[in-house]
Amino acid sequence: MSENQLMVRKIRDGTVIDHIPAGRALNVLKILGITGREGFVVAIVMNVESKKLGKKDIVKTEGRFLDISEVNKIALIAPTATINIIKDYRVVEKKRVAVPDVIKGIIRCVNPNCITNQPREPVEPVFTTVSKSPLKVACKYCGQIMTQEDIVRQLVGR
Amino acid sequence: MFKGRDVLAITDFTREELEHLFRAVDEIVEGKVPASRVLEGYIMATAFFEPSTRTRLSFQTAMLRLGGGYIDLAEVTRTSIAKGENLADTIRMLDSYADIVVIRHRIEGAAKFAAEIAEAPVINAGDGTRHHPTQAMIDLYAIRRFRGRIDGLVVGVLGDLKYGRAASSFIYGVTLFNIRKLFLISPPSLRVRNEVREYLRARNINYEETEDLKDILRELDVLYVTRIQKERFPDPMEYEKVKGSYVVTRSLLEEAKSGLVILHPLPRVDEISLDVDETPHAKYFEQAKLGVPVRMALLKLVLRGD
Repeated sequence: MSENQLMVRKIRDGTVIDHIPAGRALNVLKILGITGREGFVVAIVMNVESKKLGKKDIVKTEGRFLDISEVNKIALIAPTATINIIKDYRVVEKKRVAVPDVIKGIIRCVNPNCITNQPREPVEPVFTTVSKSPLKVACKYCGQIMTQEDIVRQLVGR
Repeated sequence: MFKGRDVLAITDFTREELEHLFRAVDEIVEGKVPASRVLEGYIMATAFFEPSTRTRLSFQTAMLRLGGGYIDLAEVTRTSIAKGENLADTIRMLDSYADIVVIRHRIEGAAKFAAEIAEAPVINAGDGTRHHPTQAMIDLYAIRRFRGRIDGLVVGVLGDLKYGRAASSFIYGVTLFNIRKLFLISPPSLRVRNEVREYLRARNINYEETEDLKDILRELDVLYVTRIQKERFPDPMEYEKVKGSYVVTRSLLEEAKSGLVILHPLPRVDEISLDVDETPHAKYFEQAKLGVPVRMALLKLVLRGD
């Protein structure tokens, strides 16, 4: 365990999301739908040194196991992230995130003229992944292609 | 193969399926199918949220010629939409009245959304700048009819390739066949959208984007002309500068192959000069006549499946 991780104590059972690009931990929580009001322990470490990334963020959730399909959603803004499942203080599973083939309801279509951007129509945005690297997704409804840059700008705001 | 299917984009269909459709059109065009009552008792709903003359009337004519009937959602200002009803609710209503729904909407993806709501098959008669699959079916059938085949041809598409849905659908459509080369001819600001380019690249289509029709005209077997709308240019000066370069004239055609076929989804404004009409290249009026038989064949296949 590195010094960085010692800034927050070890968790007994839960999930550690490591190697999040620096400054995006809060966006990661938002995508996962974690608000802090759920009651379980959430630890956020931001802008710590990383050999791989220079700087990185880390998120730990105690008593909450994130299933892989849930976690894959964060690949949209944190493609470098790794997931460690912790049980009884030990890493029992280590995974890299992968962009899902279908993305529902996390991002909005950038095409203002798309049906999914019409205020009074009961329709959820759905995208299919056309390329994982570089990331490109296509709107199921209007076909608009969105790039990694479009997605990060929308979810992270820069 | 077709029964009960939605017709949302030309890319939903395979070459084999289109050839099946074309054979059904042949039977109609060649008069092998007598004045028929094959769709007697069927009702089609036409919902055009955007103005249309040819497409709406040709769908309605096609239905009547097959013995079916239609209901037409009148102009938006005279319907419940003017009262604020959303598309989803309007489609639910039409779905409960009709056996098939034909929709045109300025919103992109509207037809796909309608198809998710409606139990009846939905035909996309144009959604924003994206798809116009039945126009592409007519265009492809026209090439096959006037040139005998689509494979091996050099095809040029001229005009507004960015916002023109007929152009986009035509581009997708020809790539379902083994064309020799595709030229995309437009001013720089009206080039094909990224998703179209991605599609062409992913399928290894031999294509070239160019601004100059004159340069490549002599290579073409088919030239598909679309209108460049002044409103598409943020700067009217830019429009004035380029518009002349995208007009097909009789003198320009002196350099063309003798068998060049010129198509246009119509309405035409001034992108093809009137003196071209009398040349053997001009096939756009005959192409337009195919609108009814192609839609007859499609309605028959989707509603009856035979």
